[in-house]
Amino acid sequence: MKPILQAQGLRLAFGGVKAADGIDLDVGEGEFLAIIGPNGAGKTTFINMCTGWLKPQAGRILWRGQDIAGLPPRRITAKGIARSFQLPQLFTEHTVLRNLALAIAAREGAFSLLRPLLRPGWTEEAMEIMRGFGLEFLADTRADALNEGSRKLADIAMAVALKPRLLLMDEPTSGVAASEKLGIVETLARVLRETGVSAVFVEHDMEVVSRFADRVAVWSQGRIVANGPPQAVLADPDVRREVIGIEDAHAAP
Amino acid sequence: MTHRREALLALLFALAVLAAAFAAPWLRFVLTLALAKGIAALGVMLLLRAGQVSFGHAMFVAFAAYAVAFLAGRVGDALLLLPLAMLLTSLLGLVIGLFVARYREIFFGMLNLALSMVFYSLLEKFYSITHGTDGMRVPAVTWAGMATERVGGEWAVLVAALVLAIGFALLARLYLASPLGEALQGIKTREARLEFMGLPPRRVLLVAYVLSAAMAGTAGALIALTTRHVTPLMGYWTASGELVFIVILGGAGGVLGPFLGAVAYELVRVYAAASVADAWQLILGAVLLAVILFARGGLFSLLRGRRA
Ligand SMILES: Nc1ncnc2c1ncn2[C@@H]1O[C@H](COP(=O)(O)OP(=O)(O)OP(=O)(O)O)[C@@H](O)[C@H]1O
Ligand SMILES: [Mg+2]
Repeated sequence: MKPILQAQGLRLAFGGVKAADGIDLDVGEGEFLAIIGPNGAGKTTFINMCTGWLKPQAGRILWRGQDIAGLPPRRITAKGIARSFQLPQLFTEHTVLRNLALAIAAREGAFSLLRPLLRPGWTEEAMEIMRGFGLEFLADTRADALNEGSRKLADIAMAVALKPRLLLMDEPTSGVAASEKLGIVETLARVLRETGVSAVFVEHDMEVVSRFADRVAVWSQGRIVANGPPQAVLADPDVRREVIGIEDAHAAP
Repeated sequence: MTHRREALLALLFALAVLAAAFAAPWLRFVLTLALAKGIAALGVMLLLRAGQVSFGHAMFVAFAAYAVAFLAGRVGDALLLLPLAMLLTSLLGLVIGLFVARYREIFFGMLNLALSMVFYSLLEKFYSITHGTDGMRVPAVTWAGMATERVGGEWAVLVAALVLAIGFALLARLYLASPLGEALQGIKTREARLEFMGLPPRRVLLVAYVLSAAMAGTAGALIALTTRHVTPLMGYWTASGELVFIVILGGAGGVLGPFLGAVAYELVRVYAAASVADAWQLILGAVLLAVILFARGGLFSLLRGRRA
């Protein structure tokens, strides 16, 4: 598979904490890559570096062969890389519909001062995306009135609305009700597959990982300690310990 | 509020202004000032949508007023002077906006204040050009080539102010519903997300800033044409504070708010000055307190019958 994103030797330390300690990783065109690993392993830091929020202290991030490390987020977004957030980043005073319409507007770069945001084409498209996430009934609800799961979904929906070529999702299913999880990931995966979008997602739910990931990379202390097909990686005893370690940590009070 | 109700309210407001101007000739001057300040306050309101408070917008008002004072001798027609002053102020707004749109909250507010103080002292110190605190007289102008004697002139500025007020209110309404206008509120709530959507927040704020400068400039030109005399005090920081006060009083929830606020403000000021001297500051303080405690959305939200 031809890689569209290649991380090479990424390093970033916060004080003494090595959040990225030599990360090498390729993401293939159309590939779904899951990132797993315990809390504080540097998963979010990786996404932050790929999207321009953090600049690696060393290493390169090649997007279709061109180094994008250190570019500002909007330049990277413009290249076709979008992300969602571990903690949803919504425009809290706007409705869900307007949040999505703003993303569509940003994508279209259509900034006439006089035409409304809620124009027919964009409203329809936003409603269509919301339906995919089961959010259509919340279209007119203000983002700050949503429950955690819906906030999370709206956050991902906004990234999807940007129509990226690569979508980076930070714990997309955390906070989403267990009963809805698989259905929503299924819809999301179908949409992404149809359009050939690559996806990288940080995930704690191993069922989601084994069902939707083409490949799994395991993070630990700023390093990738395992990388391969889900069946093989998830069967690895060392990884199991890591993964079970996560679950124990989550279960602890 | 629905479009129709807001349009109806605007129409009633415009008719009330005209009726008051017919009934009480001495109110024409006051109402013209109120409409002008309402236009400037509308600009301040745009920035408030982004969560940014400018304590220096009177600078643009004063800049445009002096521009009119300087240019009226050469460009003798109000219908040329008004757009010219607006254009020049927009350019100043663009230059200053490129700088201040990088800052937020207290820094944004104080930078605007600082720049306005610099401008104020320039007006005051360069006596040979600006006549210092004495200010400058604005030569008589024509309206579409017609020389107007005193009464007609008053009507001309009032009607111009009303037309411009309606025009800017409509523009602001469309703008606030447009992607860039909606994104303004996103600066207040989640600026980082704008970055990740590929939309530079600075540019979003800059557009609002230039618009607000254009509005303040229009206000300054109208004030110069109606008072026929400009002084540095027009750009003093208390005048900037007055604009913020007007927005809070009128309410930032809709484009009518600043105009309601401005008219209420000017009327109360005139009556207070006439009846109870020295009580003006007391009234201001008390009203501000009441609005903040009981009607956060200002007069506009009271009219709307719902607290914003
Ligand atoms: N901006 C920052 N400043 C200082 N330290 C940071 C910063 N961002 C991350 N870190 C530290 O870097 C390490 C990796 O953090 P990161 O958020 O990438 O972990 P993670 O794998 O996403 O964890 P989690 O599963 O809890 O989300 C942690 O020790 C964290 O405290
Ligand atoms: Mg994380």
